[in-house]
Amino acid sequence: MDGAEMSIYARMKGAEPLLSVRNLSKFYGSRIGCADVSFDLYPGEVLGIVGESGSGKSTLLSCLAGHQTPDEGRIAFDGRDMIAMAEPERRRLARSEQAFVHQSPRDGLRMGVSAGGNIGERLMAVGARNYGAIRETALDWLGRVEIDGARIDDRPSAFSGGMQQRLQIARNLVTAPRLVFMDEPTGGLDVSVQARLLDLLRGLVRDLGLSVVLVTHDLAVVRLLAHRLMVMKSGHVVEQGLTDQVLDDPQHGYTQLLVSSVLQV
Amino acid sequence: MITLKDVSKTFTLHNQGDGQSGAVIPVMAGVSLSVAPGECVALTGRSGAGKSTLMRMIHGNYLAASGEILVGGLDVAKASPREILALRREVLGYVSQFLRVVPRVATLDVVAEPLLTLGIPATEARARAATLLARLNLPERLWSLSPTTFSGGEQQRVNIARGFIHPYPAMLLDEPTASLDAANREVVLSLILEARARGAAILGIFHDEDARARVCDRLLDVTGFTPGLAA
Repeated sequence: MDGAEMSIYARMKGAEPLLSVRNLSKFYGSRIGCADVSFDLYPGEVLGIVGESGSGKSTLLSCLAGHQTPDEGRIAFDGRDMIAMAEPERRRLARSEQAFVHQSPRDGLRMGVSAGGNIGERLMAVGARNYGAIRETALDWLGRVEIDGARIDDRPSAFSGGMQQRLQIARNLVTAPRLVFMDEPTGGLDVSVQARLLDLLRGLVRDLGLSVVLVTHDLAVVRLLAHRLMVMKSGHVVEQGLTDQVLDDPQHGYTQLLVSSVLQV
Repeated sequence: MITLKDVSKTFTLHNQGDGQSGAVIPVMAGVSLSVAPGECVALTGRSGAGKSTLMRMIHGNYLAASGEILVGGLDVAKASPREILALRREVLGYVSQFLRVVPRVATLDVVAEPLLTLGIPATEARARAATLLARLNLPERLWSLSPTTFSGGEQQRVNIARGFIHPYPAMLLDEPTASLDAANREVVLSLILEARARGAAILGIFHDEDARARVCDRLLDVTGFTPGLAA
């Protein structure tokens, strides 16, 4: 075997995970939110989390994003302990190096503020002050998410659902985060709009080297977007692995049921 | 380059069978084989003998139950998802019979994508994709369209272009000439011969016997690895 092949694994051995989660649990009284979840996410990787409603995937995502405090376990982001971290520092991270794309654009956008303002606001939150530069960056990002620059002063309430979702993505990515949490980012969109958004997300992940934790119940979406997949049931991870392997050769009974229940078009 | 040692595969169907442990179906056992750089080996055996299953295990798409699957020094049977992703990106090419892409993405970009994931600039990646699509006689007016609407033969050529756009040191080809006309079949056979000549280790399934005879150094019948089928 020649050196080129050796080097890819050597390069990988040196890499540190961006997000490292160990034995994470969250309880609601005696009820399990999520239990004993562990994984490592490396730069440039997209991890899909699937499971039916109530499986704990959204609880897990909100613990990871710091919206809820887990009861047990550890979360390290780039080596920093996210649970012990002081709240102001966590908030600073959440609007700079991390981002959260909500299922509903209404939860991630300010509907009464212009499209440009929505993007500019997050830039200003990390210290940008020059109006001209902020507007220019906002225009650039509108272009990247395929929104006509002429709409920069329009409010998102005047946008279609697909445009609103793309604006939410622009608002989140403008600060060049390294880790993006996504909660059903293509849910509630028409399939044609979904396809365009999927292509956009794939390109952004690849070109910006983003790490993504993607929660969805849509197996077609994870197949096209996620490198790795985690399947949750009743708060527990029942199976994880390479996305196409988990979908094409599922080992756990629940995953087999999930995969075989998908309606064919 | 590709070496399998005593590989086996079972499927456990949890929701069928007796309802307790599920139905366990052994599909492959005792698979040992080796493909050297610059060698093309054809898997043979009747439908259902496990040719595609074997290819999928080497690609990391199916989990092996036991044994070693070494590709470029990585044991795919035990590798982490991350290692398999790197292997697929840089070392192991795969031409499948099925095209799976994001709808509405242009054919040129679908073909260029493997190069983009390797960090090759978009203009160069697209130029190389265009060269290959032209060689495969895919009309230029189709390049800006999504291949999801294409005919079987056109989709197959898109898959082939994706699989040959990077000089992978190891390649898996699942019936690469199945739905092609004579002219395009010739193009694909020359692509395979060129890959072999530059030193790629190639493992393929070819129902086209004449094609098989022209590009393959030897045949390997998988029937002996199939529990219940072995003589």
